[in-house]
Amino acid sequence: MSRTPLDTVEHAAATPDVELPWAELGLTKDEYERIVEILGRRPTGAELAMYSVMWSEHCSYKSSKVHLRQFGEKTPENDVLLVGIGENAGVVDVGQGYAVTFKVESHNHPSYVEPYQGAATGVGGIVRDIIAMGARPVAVVDPLRFGAADHPDTKRVLPGVVAGIGGYGNCLGLPNIGGEVVFDACYQGNPLVNAGCIGVMRHEDIHLAKASGTGNKVILYGARTGGDGIGGASILASETFDDAKPSKRPAVQVGDPFQEKLLIECTLEAFAEKLVVGIQDLGAAGLSCATSELASNGSGGMRVTLDDVPLRDSTLSPEEILMSESQERMCAVVEPEKVDRFLEICEKWDVIATVIGEVTDGDRLEIYWHGGKIVDVDPRTVAHEGPVYERPYARPEWQDALQADDAGKLPRPQTSEELKDQVLKLVASPNQASKKWITQQYDHFVQGNTVLAMPEDSGMIRIDEETGLGVAIATDGNGRYAKLDPYTGAQLALAEAYRNVATTGAKPLAVSDCLNFGSPEDPAVMWQFAEAVRGLADGCLQLGTPVTGGNVSLYNQTGETAIHPTPVVAVLGVIDDVSRRTPMAFQEEGQLLYLLGDTREEFGGSAWSQVVHDHLGGLPPKVDLERERLLAEILIAASRDGMIDSAHDLSDGGLIQAVVESALLGGKGARLVVPDGLDAFTFLLSESAGRAIVAVPRSEEVRFNDMCGARGLPVTRIGVVDGDTVEVQGAFELTLTELREAHEATIPALLA
Amino acid sequence: MTARIGVVTFPGSLDDRDTQRAIRLAGAEPVVLWHKDKDLKQVDAVVLPGGFSYGDYLRAGAIARFSPVMGALIEQAKAGLPVLGICNGFQLLTEAHLLPGAMLGNDHLHFICRDQKLRVENAETAWTSDYTVGQEISIPLKNMDGRYVADEYTLDKLEAEGQVAFRYLVRGEAAEGYGNPNGSLRDIAGITNEAGNVVGLMPHPEHATESLIGTGRTDGLPFFTSILKKLVTA
Repeated sequence: MSRTPLDTVEHAAATPDVELPWAELGLTKDEYERIVEILGRRPTGAELAMYSVMWSEHCSYKSSKVHLRQFGEKTPENDVLLVGIGENAGVVDVGQGYAVTFKVESHNHPSYVEPYQGAATGVGGIVRDIIAMGARPVAVVDPLRFGAADHPDTKRVLPGVVAGIGGYGNCLGLPNIGGEVVFDACYQGNPLVNAGCIGVMRHEDIHLAKASGTGNKVILYGARTGGDGIGGASILASETFDDAKPSKRPAVQVGDPFQEKLLIECTLEAFAEKLVVGIQDLGAAGLSCATSELASNGSGGMRVTLDDVPLRDSTLSPEEILMSESQERMCAVVEPEKVDRFLEICEKWDVIATVIGEVTDGDRLEIYWHGGKIVDVDPRTVAHEGPVYERPYARPEWQDALQADDAGKLPRPQTSEELKDQVLKLVASPNQASKKWITQQYDHFVQGNTVLAMPEDSGMIRIDEETGLGVAIATDGNGRYAKLDPYTGAQLALAEAYRNVATTGAKPLAVSDCLNFGSPEDPAVMWQFAEAVRGLADGCLQLGTPVTGGNVSLYNQTGETAIHPTPVVAVLGVIDDVSRRTPMAFQEEGQLLYLLGDTREEFGGSAWSQVVHDHLGGLPPKVDLERERLLAEILIAASRDGMIDSAHDLSDGGLIQAVVESALLGGKGARLVVPDGLDAFTFLLSESAGRAIVAVPRSEEVRFNDMCGARGLPVTRIGVVDGDTVEVQGAFELTLTELREAHEATIPALLA
Repeated sequence: MTARIGVVTFPGSLDDRDTQRAIRLAGAEPVVLWHKDKDLKQVDAVVLPGGFSYGDYLRAGAIARFSPVMGALIEQAKAGLPVLGICNGFQLLTEAHLLPGAMLGNDHLHFICRDQKLRVENAETAWTSDYTVGQEISIPLKNMDGRYVADEYTLDKLEAEGQVAFRYLVRGEAAEGYGNPNGSLRDIAGITNEAGNVVGLMPHPEHATESLIGTGRTDGLPFFTSILKKLVTA
């Protein structure tokens, strides 16, 4: 093999005509020309590698940035945010000196190509984001979307994804406390695997990703760098799947949770001894991202010797080392006199750590290989000043027809018998059925602080054993609603997650999101995206819950067909004393059931329209965020003052779904009476937002009603916790045994 | 004076802090032991906690068994030091031949996490005296490799000598938490050595020690009160 000369900066300047594979690396011609313009010469191979991954859609947000700015512009005026958008994850003040950081990210494309590793490394990546803020991770959640439950490929993707999440998360010792599983044919070729993580720290322990202080050392620690995941961010995450192209499996990384567990403990120990000036995890775009972001955020420049990077494969080229997305690596900036101690801690945990460079007083990022300078760039142009696109967007021409196709006109059940059959069919449908087969593959108990976990409305973790301070998190997103109206759909996702947090007794504080959409190059998709962002930003402003950060996943489409627009919203809440939390299960026979909120005839995008009629059309339920806020205040007050013993939010599947879930979990039935002014069908199956059911001990009935009355929240007594059946008086009765059979058999039958 | 109970942290241990908390809740003093320690810091008993020591690479517990701390532990356990192995700790005790048998992958090939019903079979060990024989308890189970196996001779001997400490409750199979969750032979969830000082089980008693947390039951607390009583009255 002949040796080609090393493509140094000098060599690049001397050989302007050398053709570089910019198109293969996912760059456009315009983008390549811009790089040449910035550098004043052609890039070296290594520089091109860095720009190509950092300017990818996944890393640069080049198509979404112009819209995402609204989250900063529409921030509500309060002081809950300690660190806002732009860092690895936002940080929220939860009181008593504690800060909580949380974030949701996508690992959609890799999880379709290689479900187990794709999902596993998604967990790994989000956990490293949280550690990089200085926090100890305390819980994970996983919002998932798959194709039709009975499609053969779902049986390949789902079990792999679930095993990957479990295999990685369980091994890290992080309780999995929430998330969702939704099936819809629109996700057949583009499953959504979003992963969220919460971390806790003291206010003074917040760390940021920046390299400051001339002479400070840059330490790469964790796993060795290998050839896996090269181009993960660019050629995998930022392109549409296409049958004609070769398999992208080599672009998927391979995870080692054991290594990550050591990395967590070792990093937290270094934090505790205050050895770290700045820190960044190596995720998408690997070393390219870590070095350019640290240098770009800091005050100085950075010099790195790539020869010092520990390799798994000694034949890797410098370009490959810079692009590799090998997992379980982090990069810390440490003062020279603290380097020895830092390395000692790494040694204690058997973590490989190497000084690979230092902070310089210039403003350049310089990278050397075999003595030659192969990168000499302004790090800001790599990390933060990438291209920004004002992609054209337009309301699709089919939107009007879709909205005109009113679900209210679908044939409704004519007899009680038919209503009963439809209810039974609904609670057994894959989306409404119990997900126990999935969630019991995740550890809920580890760390010994789990107060609530799925199927509860929100997951809840105790963060202080003395005071009982806790945090709650819920994630929600309904692609069917968002397809009908992306603005409203995004607000409904926010409203539901907000409500879910409040239902368990916690006060909603802040929002993170994971925005999953099709190709930004399609104006219709771009319109959906723009509308959803606008809806979410407006909603967060109104509810007073700032967006702390998030993630955008585009190109979730196969050929011309995009997924439903799927904004997944995570709401974080705080509860002063977890012993006041409200569970979902019915606790005691004889307790009174109340419906809070208004029920209208709203069936657009409903579970009923999907399961019974395979229909999607009309308008989604109306959103009234002021009502959501009032409902939340009532639920929180009732929980704090001991007025309710259980509560459950009403969302997809309507009231009957909620009653069945609370009954099955508590092992206690319910007798329901259809309230005046409603027909049984609307009462049971409408999906009007802003509602919850609560079980009130008889001794609290007066006090609870007075509170709702004084605050102006509509409250309707709908029945009582009783017996071993769910009975709707005058309509039908179903035993808990047959409901359990219907509700719990579906998923194992399809997927086990 | 209270008892000092060591909890070993291996690389990949996960439930070490939870176990320390459970020991505290029972009124004893937890002592942190590190896998590279060569002595046991004169503790009165040791718990090997759950997790994935060394990533469960090769085989659960197979690498941890050769950690420096295990040398002293094996020697002292044979001399009567009370040792409890939970989940990965149980796997480790079988690898170290302090308990007979071995653990295989769950028969359904999935990780399983649930509140598991158990029956107490031996209430005379160092770790189970606060239970009564036949008592039915509910303790979280969470593992990938929980299927207890041994040859017929060993199984018969375990039964004959009363060394089966806990069994999965298979009565009422359809209800929540009942049934053999992993294919363990003779529904064995936990065993003891002949002397009764070494006990291993797959479910996690340290996760059932507070009324609000996890399953909300405290059925696991007697493990820690049993040993405390034994040590302070000894």
